[in-house]
Formats: sequence, C-alpha cells, structure tokens
Amino acid sequence: MSELTDLYQEVILDHHRAPKNYRVIDGARQAKGHNPLCGDQVTVYVVIEGDVVKDVSFQGNGCAISRAAASLMTGAVKGLARDKVEAIFRKFQKVVTGEPTADDGIDLGKLEVLSGVCQFPVRVKCATLAWHTLRAAIESGEGVVSSEDGK
Amino acid sequence: MTTAATVANWQGQPAGAPAPVDWARIRADFPLIGRPIKGKPIVYLDSAATSQKPRSVIETLRTYYEEYNANVHRGAYNIAAKATHEYEAAREKVRRFINAASVKEVVFTKGTTEGLNLVAYAWGRKFVKADDEVVLSELEHHSNLVPWQILCQATGAKLKYIPIHEDGSLDVSRLDEIITRRTRLVSVTAQSNVLGTVTPVRQIVARAREVGAVSVIDGAQSVPHQPVDVQAIGCDFLAFSGHKMCGPTASGVLYGRRERLEEMDPFLYGGEMIREVRYDGATWNDIPHKFEAGTPGIAQAIGLGAGIDYLSAIGMDRVQEHEGTLTKRALAHAAEMKGLTLYGPRDVSVRGGVITFNFADIHPHDLATILDEQDRVCVRAGHHCAMPLTMKLGVAATARASFYVYNTEDEIDILFDSLRRAKEFMSRGAR
Repeated sequence: MSELTDLYQEVILDHHRAPKNYRVIDGARQAKGHNPLCGDQVTVYVVIEGDVVKDVSFQGNGCAISRAAASLMTGAVKGLARDKVEAIFRKFQKVVTGEPTADDGIDLGKLEVLSGVCQFPVRVKCATLAWHTLRAAIESGEGVVSSEDGK
Repeated sequence: MTTAATVANWQGQPAGAPAPVDWARIRADFPLIGRPIKGKPIVYLDSAATSQKPRSVIETLRTYYEEYNANVHRGAYNIAAKATHEYEAAREKVRRFINAASVKEVVFTKGTTEGLNLVAYAWGRKFVKADDEVVLSELEHHSNLVPWQILCQATGAKLKYIPIHEDGSLDVSRLDEIITRRTRLVSVTAQSNVLGTVTPVRQIVARAREVGAVSVIDGAQSVPHQPVDVQAIGCDFLAFSGHKMCGPTASGVLYGRRERLEEMDPFLYGGEMIREVRYDGATWNDIPHKFEAGTPGIAQAIGLGAGIDYLSAIGMDRVQEHEGTLTKRALAHAAEMKGLTLYGPRDVSVRGGVITFNFADIHPHDLATILDEQDRVCVRAGHHCAMPLTMKLGVAATARASFYVYNTEDEIDILFDSLRRAKEFMSRGAR
C-alpha cells in the first residue's frame, strides 16, 4: 500500500480535484497532447514574452496523475525563462523515471510530489504528457504571436 | 443403460451427462493463477486480452523444443517427420473444434488480426470493386475495422455500419436496408471485446448469403468461450486467436470456406507456399499451405492444439455456462454498486464474460493501478482497441474485467470489494 500512497499523495488528489490554471487562454500558443494508451488528452496554452513563459494553462481529460501533473506544471513554469523550463523538465523526467539526478541546483519544488511515479513505469507517460505538450506549444508559432516575438 | 448412467439419472442429471466439472482442479492447472506477485496472489480478470495457459500447453511447448524441434514439410529425418505430424495433427484438432468440413479450410496465422488482414488483402483486393459496399458493425475492434477502411480507400468501395442500440446490442431491425445487392462483403464480430455483446451472426450471415455477399466473422472473443460450428453459422471466413483460448501467443487461425480460399491469391510469397518455381515464374501450393509462406509458428500451432484439447476436455458448453455464472454475479454486484456505470447488455444470454464500466469518477487508468496495488486484481483500462465505440459511449476510457475458466465467484467479490476501497482511497482529503 505504501507505494500506492506515494503515488497518490493527497496533494496530487487535491490538484486532480481542483486543478490550477485550468482554462483556455485566448490567442495563446497551444498544442494538443494525446496518450493513445489510456485516451488521455490535454491542451496546453502558453504565452511567451521574449524568452519568458508569461502565462500558461491547460484543459483536458485524463487520469488523476496526468491532471495533477499538468496542474503542478503550470504552477512551476509560470514566469520562468524557456531554458529554465527545459532544465526543470529534464530533471523532472529523471525523477519520475527513477534515474539518478545530479546536484545541479535545480529545485523541483512541489513537483517532487510526483516522484512516486517512478515505482509505476506504465504511469510515467501520464506524468510527462503535459510537459511534452508544453514544449510543443512553446515551439509552435501558432496562435496570436506575442508582442515580444521575433525580437 | 449402464448402472452408472442410471445412478446419474437418479441424482437428477440427464442420461449420459458428463460428470460435473471440478473448477478448483481446473484452476490448479494454471501455474500463474493464484501465484503471488510481489507478495499477493493475482486475481486475473483480463482474459479478453489474453488467457493464462494451462500446464499441459506449457509442457507441450517444452516437449516440442526439447524433443522434436525441426522444420515442417521438408526434412526427411525422424524429428522433422514428427514435427510435421504434430503440426498437421493440430490442424485437425482445430478443424474438429470449429467443425470445418476439411483441414484444407484451416490456415494457421499469428492471430485474429493477421487472419482479417489476410482476407482484406487476398480476397478483398481481388474481388471488391469501386461502388461495392463493405458492411461492418459499430462494435468492431480496430483489427476488424482498419483493414476494411484501407481496402475501401484503395478500391473506392463504400463502408457501412450496422448500428447499436443504447444498451450496446446490435440493432438488426434495418439489416435488409444495410446489407443489400451492392454489398460485397460483411465482416462482424461474434462478441464485442468491449461490451461483451453477443451478436446474431447467423442472421447476419444468412442475410449476406441472400444478397450474394461474402461473410467474415471476427471470432476472437467467441471461439474461446462457446461452442462454434462454422458449417452451422454458414460463414465464409472465421478468424480467431489462439492466445485467448489457452494457446501460446502468436498462434491463430483463419477458417476459410474452400471455394473462397481457392479463388484467392496468396497473401505472402516465399517458401512453403509454392508448388514450383522457375526463373521466369512460379505456381502455388494447395490450400491451406498457399497461405502459410515461410516457416510457420510450429510450436504455436502445436501448443494451440494442446489448448484445444484442454478446452474440449472441459466441454465448451460447460465453459460458457461457467462464464455465465461469473457474469451474472458481476452484473448483480454492478447493479447494487452506487456510482458505477455499466456498459453493454444486462441480459446474460446476449452477453459474454466481459464487464465494462466506469466508477465513482475515478479514471479507469487510476482504477487499474489501484486495484492492482490493493489486491493484485488485473483489469484493463482504456479504449480496448475500439476507439469509435468508446467515443460512441461518450467516454474517453473504460475499465474492463473479463472472465475465463480459472476464475471464481470469490474473485468477482474481490473485484467489487476492491472497487469500494479504491473509492475510499481516492476520496482521501476531500471535503
């Protein structure tokens, strides 16, 4: 049971029941993510100003892990530079797959609650779906391009 | 009448009825059933995906590899002759099991998917033309859907679907308007892998014959669970998988009516399927070998034969009865369970041993993890390779429990008890 309570910590259940930044941002860059294994679908919206994630949100259908992971992600990356987002994602990916992480000064903060996922290899995709989608959204030039774009 | 039969009669059984099945002994024949995994015995409720294997099948595979592993239909030496003999003996076991008219009508494949693709390519590409119609049902698994979509795209034929009622049963009220003189081929499942719906295949095949269409049955979920007689059904093709009926993975069968197989071109070209090859051309071997290019799954076919022996010794009517008992119990639990949405027909006479549901707003993927961790209950979560049907149900995913010969009524109780505790677990901290 302990592995199960590690996976579904109360913080995760809270984020699942009441996700943060669960909304559409009109005119933002966006991308859709899909996990064909379980039918999870997520759309991530992101506003980039210069090099910074000015605003980020998501909507979608999914399991508790994928919803909580998306919610926690939006909280973690808002206001960060793109390369910092990328560095956090890389470290997060290592934590949820159970790979050793270097002491590189990157603090995952609240994202650490998802570390229990490493005991459940089939659920890694649930935890990373929103992240992959965020990356795609950042890289897509779609939506209304921010005023800082192209500078 | 013998004394034994008289005694049986006296005990209230019909004359000549076989002795009751000892289901506890059956259960003990499966090494993985009840085996502790990380400290807890598994409760395997995913036989619609693949069945567990009895010891006799595992032993048959071991014996083949240890005692007569050789290629079939060519070696002149002893063990090659033995391998060929056992491979062809397995074909005869399949023939008898589905009551085909001849072993020539039994093609070994690696599963239902290959069988259906074989028909779609080798029969479909040759005989289906633009303006023809191909009819499926809305229940189909991707393997009985995508090959026909591709065939229709390639030939210009039109794809049509027999609809389902809200309860997941097939709506055959307008069958005559859907299957018409324009219909060239009809391919339907005999039992839905998602809803358990048993379809009226005889009625559908009869209508197909009336209009001169070829009929294909996806038997992946029916052949493992009930007596099947291809001559009584009257279908042209029946595809099924061995691994869902106690056989090894990558074992399977395509039954094809002799005239159909004769008029088809081969699917794969190479060794085994030829009669004569010259530098300027080749001629084909007789059926069924024409469709078994290359070294076939020898161990798989022989192992499937052992699986068929195992099921036949129980009796397929008994298998069906046992699953009916389990399904009834599951349906009774489901009816009493608050917050549980059950999909598919409620009537056990038109529903196989498959229970598909959603529960308490818990995503099926979470449920599957929690049931496994709590009680090692193995259920499937997702769209079950039937995305159009899942969408029609109006959900992104469902959870599915499916039953077989080794399952018990106790295990059904464990499933529902585990569901109750899953709900408590996921409500932690909720206001």
